[in-house]
Amino acid sequence: MTDHSRPPRTLPRFSATFDPHTLSEIRRAAATGIYDIRGGGAKRKVPHFDDLLFLGASISRYPLEGYRERCGTDVVLGGRFASKPVTLKIPVTIAGMSFGSLSAEAKEALGRGATLAGTSTTTGDGGMTAEERGHSSILVYQYLPSRYGMNPDDLRRADAIEVVVGQGAKPGGGGMLLGQKISPRVAAMRTLPEGIDQRSACRHPDWTGPDDLAIKIAELREITDWEKPIYVKVGASRPYYDTALAVKSGADVVVLDGMQGGTAATQDVFIEHVGIPILAAIRPAVKALQDLGMHRTVQLVVSGGIRSGADMAKALAMGADAVSIGTAALVALGDNDPRYEAEYQALGTTAGAYDDWHEGNDPAGITTQNPELARRLDPVAGGRRLANFLSVMTLECQTIARAAGKSHVHNLEPEDLVALTVEAAAMAGVPLAGTSWIPGQGGT
Amino acid sequence: MTSLAHPVALESLDEVDLAAVPLRALNRALHALGPGSNHRHVRVLNPRGAHALAAGLDAEVTVEVHGNAGYYCAGMNSKATVIVHGSAGVGVAENMMSGFVHVTGDASQSAGATAHGGILRIDGNASARCGISMKGVDIVVKGSVGPMSAFMAQAGTLLVFGDAGEALGDSLYEARLYVRGGVASLGADCVEKPMEDRHLAEIHEKLAAAGLAGEVDVTSFRRYGSARALYHFHVDNASAY
Repeated sequence: MTDHSRPPRTLPRFSATFDPHTLSEIRRAAATGIYDIRGGGAKRKVPHFDDLLFLGASISRYPLEGYRERCGTDVVLGGRFASKPVTLKIPVTIAGMSFGSLSAEAKEALGRGATLAGTSTTTGDGGMTAEERGHSSILVYQYLPSRYGMNPDDLRRADAIEVVVGQGAKPGGGGMLLGQKISPRVAAMRTLPEGIDQRSACRHPDWTGPDDLAIKIAELREITDWEKPIYVKVGASRPYYDTALAVKSGADVVVLDGMQGGTAATQDVFIEHVGIPILAAIRPAVKALQDLGMHRTVQLVVSGGIRSGADMAKALAMGADAVSIGTAALVALGDNDPRYEAEYQALGTTAGAYDDWHEGNDPAGITTQNPELARRLDPVAGGRRLANFLSVMTLECQTIARAAGKSHVHNLEPEDLVALTVEAAAMAGVPLAGTSWIPGQGGT
Repeated sequence: MTSLAHPVALESLDEVDLAAVPLRALNRALHALGPGSNHRHVRVLNPRGAHALAAGLDAEVTVEVHGNAGYYCAGMNSKATVIVHGSAGVGVAENMMSGFVHVTGDASQSAGATAHGGILRIDGNASARCGISMKGVDIVVKGSVGPMSAFMAQAGTLLVFGDAGEALGDSLYEARLYVRGGVASLGADCVEKPMEDRHLAEIHEKLAAAGLAGEVDVTSFRRYGSARALYHFHVDNASAY
């Protein structure tokens, strides 16, 4: 029976501007007086590889036979100047993540997985651990502004050197590792007091600008007798100019990280509001390489939200030589696994949304220095899962490449792609599906 | 930048003239020195501001550079003694692990940056950011140091006979700073601390190790270090970040 004594009421309506998450952040900020710090990359929805599609083959394009005709996946990084370039079996690498932000077991698992898959893994803002070096057949040694643990012996032990100018989650920002994770071993490796909230520098201490960077790269080459490939990693912000300047400075490889790329700990406002999506960064970077006659001579590795072989194939089709994964690799190891849901709930979150990596309480035992938690990750089993995931990514990428008639994944090209949205079409420089219109480039 | 595929072999490592020999050949030869090497002394002539001169050494050898060096001279040095009879460019002895680097003239910016160990002695002045992010090195500057020296310095000692520029020791960790002259200003979280006998003994020890024992009165230094107030994020410190 309808109660006619009360007039009908509209449902409560949340503001699109002041949505529940925004309201909760205002309350949190008012209570604490300090900005929110978290791990991971941008969570907001931005134009991404999902907004692109492959056309595949048709009357005018011949596909390759799946599982029968060869579709190559190998890639050589660093042949421009290094006498010992790096050869990878698959064009997907493991991105830099520090011991300190991750447990030693997690670093070992990343090394094991990458090695099984025939690719490289990368150190981070905490130096090189023996476990990581021992279990990584190809290890890239990051050269960061903090220079924590930096030493010439590890430099010579590395297979490649990555000069980190910035990362996608925080172009222009330095690292951060809060006291809960500065264990005795982490503190010793970084020459810091135990338990302090550590801030890494955002600028390199001994070079400023591209002219200095060229001299710095030359020094690293001299120290390692011109053997090691030298990468330059930048956060995606001004990709055309950053790529051109990295090439001018003598880089063998440019690593370009979009805003969806993860971080161990950074201000949420930085992650969500600084930098651009990787989709918007690849074509300008490729254009810079092409303008300099360096495309395929200086390799381009892109990262930031790469989750599948489809993402990989799209990035390669846009002109990248390889992709790099960080967050996806951690998920493959077991990060945010629903089997720990009760513990995520106890931490005030839920599986899939957990991003308080800086607090060191990770139920999956990955982003922690707590030995009890870290023991939950079996490095051998974790490495196997990562290798499986890398294998699936590669098979997926090959599936798409064969459908497009390519005998090597590097033969994918922009012509194979269309976009589902005007924004993605403009950023990726490919036509809106069903049209020949590339926004900003004319056409009908 | 060019890649030298076939480095020039050196006829002798006793005296190397960089007017005639590529830098890369010199560095390669120096890198090849092992523990059993007979080479204990190398003279380098006509450096003409070359960058990365004697970088990456890992042997107990003395390299004397007669002239001015460019950027990153003796970068990442281990065990070796490198003496520059002249001035040095940016980042001399950057990330040094051990050994002794001596510049008889002035040093440019970021001298001893991030160095983990060894001794860096500069007889003249050092420019901005001397000892930035130092991680255990001992740096002695007989002249003055520029602004932002010992920025984020983590460990080791910086001794300055002259003056220090603005923002000395900004965001300092556990490095110890001793300055005889004036300090233009102290950086965030850097404070003057009382000088005790153990600190005077430390100054004496460091000066002696740098070959400067008795050069100055150790009681004429003043001591600066971290207030350790910024070691943890706290809302009350927001204005300092």
